[in-house]
Amino acid sequence: MGQGRGGVMSEMMYWEALRRAHDEELANDPMVIVMGEDIGVAGGTYKATSGLYKKYGEARVIDTPISENGYTGLGIGASFLGVRPIIEIMSVNFAWLAMDQIFNTAAKVRYMSGGQLEAPVVIRSPGGTAHQLGSQHSARMEKVFMGIAGLRVVTPSSPRQAYGMLKSAVRCNDPVFINEHELMYNMKGEVPDEEYFHPLEGSEVVRPGRDVTLFGYNISVHWCLQAADELAKFGIEAEVVDLFALSPLDRAGIRDSVSRTHRAVIVEEAEPAVGVGAEVMAIINEECFFELDAAPVRVSALNVPIPYNHGLEKAALPNPQDVVVAVRKMFDV
Amino acid sequence: MKDADKKRLLREMLFARRFEERCYEAYVERNIGGFLHLYPGEEACAFGVLEAARVGHDYVITSYRDHVHAIKSGSDPKEVMAELFAKETGVSKGRGGSMHIFDVKHRFMGGYALVGGPFPLAAGIAKGIQMQGGDEICICFLGDAANNQGTFHESLNMAKLWNLPVLYVCENNLYGIGTRIDRSTAVLDQYKRVSGYNIPSAQEDGQDVELVYKAATRAIRHVRSGKGPYFLELMTYRYRGHSMSDSNAYRAKKEERMWSGRDPVIMLRDRLIKDGKLTLNEFKEMDTEVLDEIENEVIRFAAESPEPDVAEVEKYVLAENDPWVRGGVAS
Repeated sequence: MGQGRGGVMSEMMYWEALRRAHDEELANDPMVIVMGEDIGVAGGTYKATSGLYKKYGEARVIDTPISENGYTGLGIGASFLGVRPIIEIMSVNFAWLAMDQIFNTAAKVRYMSGGQLEAPVVIRSPGGTAHQLGSQHSARMEKVFMGIAGLRVVTPSSPRQAYGMLKSAVRCNDPVFINEHELMYNMKGEVPDEEYFHPLEGSEVVRPGRDVTLFGYNISVHWCLQAADELAKFGIEAEVVDLFALSPLDRAGIRDSVSRTHRAVIVEEAEPAVGVGAEVMAIINEECFFELDAAPVRVSALNVPIPYNHGLEKAALPNPQDVVVAVRKMFDV
Repeated sequence: MKDADKKRLLREMLFARRFEERCYEAYVERNIGGFLHLYPGEEACAFGVLEAARVGHDYVITSYRDHVHAIKSGSDPKEVMAELFAKETGVSKGRGGSMHIFDVKHRFMGGYALVGGPFPLAAGIAKGIQMQGGDEICICFLGDAANNQGTFHESLNMAKLWNLPVLYVCENNLYGIGTRIDRSTAVLDQYKRVSGYNIPSAQEDGQDVELVYKAATRAIRHVRSGKGPYFLELMTYRYRGHSMSDSNAYRAKKEERMWSGRDPVIMLRDRLIKDGKLTLNEFKEMDTEVLDEIENEVIRFAAESPEPDVAEVEKYVLAENDPWVRGGVAS
């Protein structure tokens, strides 16, 4: 299968794309199960598993107790015997509680067993800030996951990716963390009608340009696209690259784009320290430092817990205008 | 239990004792690195339970004190020692070490170094068994102190809720690292703690391998018959500190003497002698044989085996050439 382009497409929402992927994978393989809080009878907080409890039964679409480390570990243990669990953690903030099993077991078991065991689990969870959810429901944790050897991290920016990545992740023999976003479940987009598997490695040029590369992932791809439209008014042709795979990051893709545009801005919703921006900058240094015409810049959140007050919340987060300002400063226009 | 089985078990337990004592020496000789947690004193737990199980058919999972459980599950002691010596011929190819013995062909699903980590993994293995529809069970050995982790409660709850075929064996050696159980744990009888999850449980003398075998036989019958999880607490004692880096200064000599008077190997030996099935000389011969096998076969194999190739340091991080990473193939 290619990139799912050229064939017949249908518009659907992000959650519908996820639901379709769940449904197809449950139908394809009797060892696929789905686990999580409220994912069965209630159909999932974001409806990603709606109707599947009735269709596949309680042994395969499993409402778990609120025991994140416990049910994640249970899914990992089941995966040792060939079960393919899709574990939904309702909010990435709760995934902190499952870090022990994700990091200490899923990510390391292949290595420390000398290749005897593997943990082919998929863990899906929405991160990001939504609307006034406060400090403990607004975490952006991708930077934590992407630093762990043995774990794949992807983050779909569209319904097409959400559908195709979940399907590939279920079949891949590595543990895959899928970082979703609370604000994106109702986003609409084209998804191929025929079955489609999206790569779990690489990046995608979603808008070609010659003057500067805007690197985004997940929701920030959309901020980059908005910024690129605005920058065109100033005569700046920005290229937008979607880093849909955060671990491993696409070194070649980053190098290729920066070698074309000679300038880079990385846009991340998270705090800057030890993040995607820091990592992409390091890769640019290592891969194509002498191609640069300007120092790379990152547009990030402020280094604060996310506030409840709407004005403060907005102030803590980056937005498309911040990207425009950063690029205009780079070009001095 | 038949006399022949008792004599075989005695030899197996003696072998485990001598194996672990030799590990101690190898650690002092710096042939074994990292952390080393030894099992002497607790042998009747692993041997009594696994004698009642179907090793190689049932799944076994445990903590970092894992050498003996692997050997009783069917692992070649040479490959376990080679793992401790960090060799390519080790069960985990020298990537795991003492705390991470894995031997999946014998369904020994590993040693894990986070206290309480295997509780949910065992429940998950049991979920896998349930989905495959076989009559295997999963047996999870952990210490008493692991019961103070959240995973204990989370896993017992789910195991009962979903009627999973898992036997949790609590090797209660009275210490969590260096802290005595009454200083860390509000309820001393661990088998009582599971009543909150409506899981049947029992407490047994963990030094008498025959009693352990009988209790485990009942427990395993319960789990294998589809009645869900079971929790078996075995009262035992480890002779050495928690690990080699433990000075073991926190225990009273009187307490240690009391437990050494209930040594599981010696108790079985003396019972066989009393019953006229074994002589002390025969036992000494057995011991000589065991020591000889450990030195001339086990240690020799480990010492002479090659180290892993440094060029392969990045192997086993991720699956090799997994097609789905690139978007798979047409289905």
